[in-house]
Amino acid sequence: MIAAEPCAEKDGKWEWCRVDELLNPPPDATWQSLWDGLWITIQATVIGAIVAVVLGLVFAIMRRSTVRPVSWIATGIVEFVRSTPLLVQLFFLFFVIVPALFPGMEVETQAKVAGFTGLGLHYATYMSEVYRAGIDGVPKGQWEASTALSLPRTRTWTDVILPQAIPRVLPALGNYVIAMFKEVPLLFTITVTELLFDANAYASATFQSTEAYTVVGVFFLVVSIITAIPIRLLERRYGHL
Amino acid sequence: MATSEPVAGAHRSNGDQPIVSFEKVVKQFGNLTVLRELDFNVAPGERVTLIGPSGSGKTTILRLLMTLEKVTSGSITVDGESLTHMDKRGKLVPSDEQHCREVRKKIGMVFQQFNLFPNMNVMRNVTEAPIRVLGKSRDEAEQRAKELLDMVGLGDKTNNHPSQLSGGQQQRVAIARALAMEPKVMLLDEVTAALDPELVADVLNVLRDIANTTDMTMLIVTHEMGFARDVSNRVMMFDRGQILEEGPPSQIFGEPEHDRTRTFLKAVLEEH
Repeated sequence: MIAAEPCAEKDGKWEWCRVDELLNPPPDATWQSLWDGLWITIQATVIGAIVAVVLGLVFAIMRRSTVRPVSWIATGIVEFVRSTPLLVQLFFLFFVIVPALFPGMEVETQAKVAGFTGLGLHYATYMSEVYRAGIDGVPKGQWEASTALSLPRTRTWTDVILPQAIPRVLPALGNYVIAMFKEVPLLFTITVTELLFDANAYASATFQSTEAYTVVGVFFLVVSIITAIPIRLLERRYGHL
Repeated sequence: MATSEPVAGAHRSNGDQPIVSFEKVVKQFGNLTVLRELDFNVAPGERVTLIGPSGSGKTTILRLLMTLEKVTSGSITVDGESLTHMDKRGKLVPSDEQHCREVRKKIGMVFQQFNLFPNMNVMRNVTEAPIRVLGKSRDEAEQRAKELLDMVGLGDKTNNHPSQLSGGQQQRVAIARALAMEPKVMLLDEVTAALDPELVADVLNVLRDIANTTDMTMLIVTHEMGFARDVSNRVMMFDRGQILEEGPPSQIFGEPEHDRTRTFLKAVLEEH
């Protein structure tokens, strides 16, 4: 049997062995497996989505508050975050806020904290507008009936308004989660080792870019298609907004 | 001043005291004055029908009582307690949300558009507030809800959602929902106006039953003059935010004093 030719010496435009190297790096490699990058990308999406879904609802409810300063603060945050670039926000969180709040933390963890919360906060402001549309869509009579029954305001929110508002906006929220997933590569710029970071590390080490960036693209495509399925089902059930 | 024994029930209510009292109530929406220095009293157990052309302020009166709107000036008293004002360290100040909520527990309202909660079934629509606001147990609330739903002829619909009911059925559930809070005063705001003609009778019959079998105070805004004649003790004709004339139904419908009332009644009767 002839020993397999080392992958580094091949110079074809496309070599499957390089795909294998990307996914299963040799022990002395300077890049981590793209599977790890995918895992971190998914972590960023899930944690970012949780932050966005929860904070977005909080902002939307705060904006409806009868206490003026509360609604002003929420409006201020939402407008500020929506009007500045995500990339600038990520840099600011990574280089300024997170080191100030958690000075003893490892840089790698700092990057994740800044990246995940940055994504979540940014998308929370978009989602708060989606929630707001859903809440505005609940007829005024529902608030009036709640008042006529003396339901406390918190009960009115949890038992009457949100159960009617949220189902209608689920598809729109889902679409923002997919959009957010596709923005995860921005975290590359603050050293989070997600997919693009790993592909870039491989390309730098081997001077071979074709397979690396292709695999990244395919990974994003596959995950996007899979996550779109439940969202299409929601849309069919609750209609568009 | 009459010396008095402490009366059971902390609200000093007795037969002579009005259960609803408007004093110099003014309501403006921007530049539009809807009510001008309105004064009237309603005695406990009285059924008062408010009639008048649209824009004359009838519905606004009910909405002020339900605190869906706030008075511009003047005061409203319900069962001996001020709805519009409260005592804060010896000073009379406009009432806050919590004070309003306490006072309006005495008041129930049925709306033109029913306003049932579409995300809850019929049973939960009727039990939600008794459980959450009055602190009743689920069993107790459901038992009472069942009685009320039987009374309005919908005892078999407890598991249905509002969207599965006709308008008339929804309105009867809304009546049961308001009754479940055991209000002293019931406000009926054009409760048949949104219904198909053939569904109106069922709703009005339920309300007639309630009027005949309870001593609940009722304030009724309606264009159903036959119903108004049957159930009310007093009819108030409104025009431009003031009471034009008032009296027992036989008088207002039979021999009204004002031409304005005559014209209005003629127009309403022709329409129906």
